[in-house]
Amino acid sequence: MRARVFVTLKPSVFDPQGKTIVDALHSLGYGGVEDVRQGKYFELELAAESSENARSLASEVADKLLANPVIESYRIEVVDSPSVTTK
Amino acid sequence: MKFAVVVFPGSNCDHDAFHAAKEVLGQDAEFVWHKETDLRGADVVILPGGFSHGDYLRTGAIARFSPVMNAVKSFAAAGGPVLGICNGFQILLEAGLLPGAMLRNRDLKFHCEHVHVRVEQTDTPFTLACLPKQVLRIPIAHGEGNYFIAPEELRRLEQNHQIVFRYVNAGGEVTDEANPNGSLDSIAGICNEQRNVVGLMPHPERACELAVGSADGLVMFESVIAALAQGTLPGAERASA
Repeated sequence: MRARVFVTLKPSVFDPQGKTIVDALHSLGYGGVEDVRQGKYFELELAAESSENARSLASEVADKLLANPVIESYRIEVVDSPSVTTK
Repeated sequence: MKFAVVVFPGSNCDHDAFHAAKEVLGQDAEFVWHKETDLRGADVVILPGGFSHGDYLRTGAIARFSPVMNAVKSFAAAGGPVLGICNGFQILLEAGLLPGAMLRNRDLKFHCEHVHVRVEQTDTPFTLACLPKQVLRIPIAHGEGNYFIAPEELRRLEQNHQIVFRYVNAGGEVTDEANPNGSLDSIAGICNEQRNVVGLMPHPERACELAVGSADGLVMFESVIAALAQGTLPGAERASA
């Protein structure tokens, strides 16, 4: 079982890296990009028998280590089999 | 007095803190590796600066789970004085021993320079010997020192007089230009409600001898020695009131 965890700064928290990236995009002529928020992405391989168990385990480690609840929030996606997207 | 300087993989100001305690102030001092589970009878604990665990994930996020941190938590809960400097402060935040969190510096630059900080509270074990509103010139060296805390918790910090240091200009005034990293309310250091755990981003241990440009940090070490000599740590009354 695989879980994807997306950690982002809470909306109320200033993101200096996101701001720098959006400024760079504007200077490249991408005025249509109105805002950028930078975050972190984790892929967890889990020994879990159900997607409920996988979600619960992913959520526990996100609370304990992956995200800092003072400044960050997270979103979890559980996938049954590893999906590979190539470009 | 015995100082314990905790060493994490990636600590790099451990020797500076040890030198300040042992050589400059003539106290007993010992390094304690992060895998150890007791503090060897220390009277004061210092979590030093550096880049514990490479700053991976978030600064201090992994160090907070080191075995020694259980001993540090017990020591702090029993009222023992704990000082977190720079990365040590970040570890105290991640460990929940102090409130708030660190963000990247607002300009994304690593700042390595001398700054001025104003002592806002003189009833902590590490500021006892300071004059009220004393301005100290001590160095900073960090990329993530942009202190953040939610508005309601910031109010609680102010009400409880937990903001111990603010970045100021040479004249002792809080200005935006004097704030090197964008910290909320120009906060450079705070303490817990019991006042025995103090964390700050500037490095007092690197400012203990005039030969290195400033000896303004010495007063923080003198403070804790005086606090321990008194027998009761300052702030205990307020914390229990």
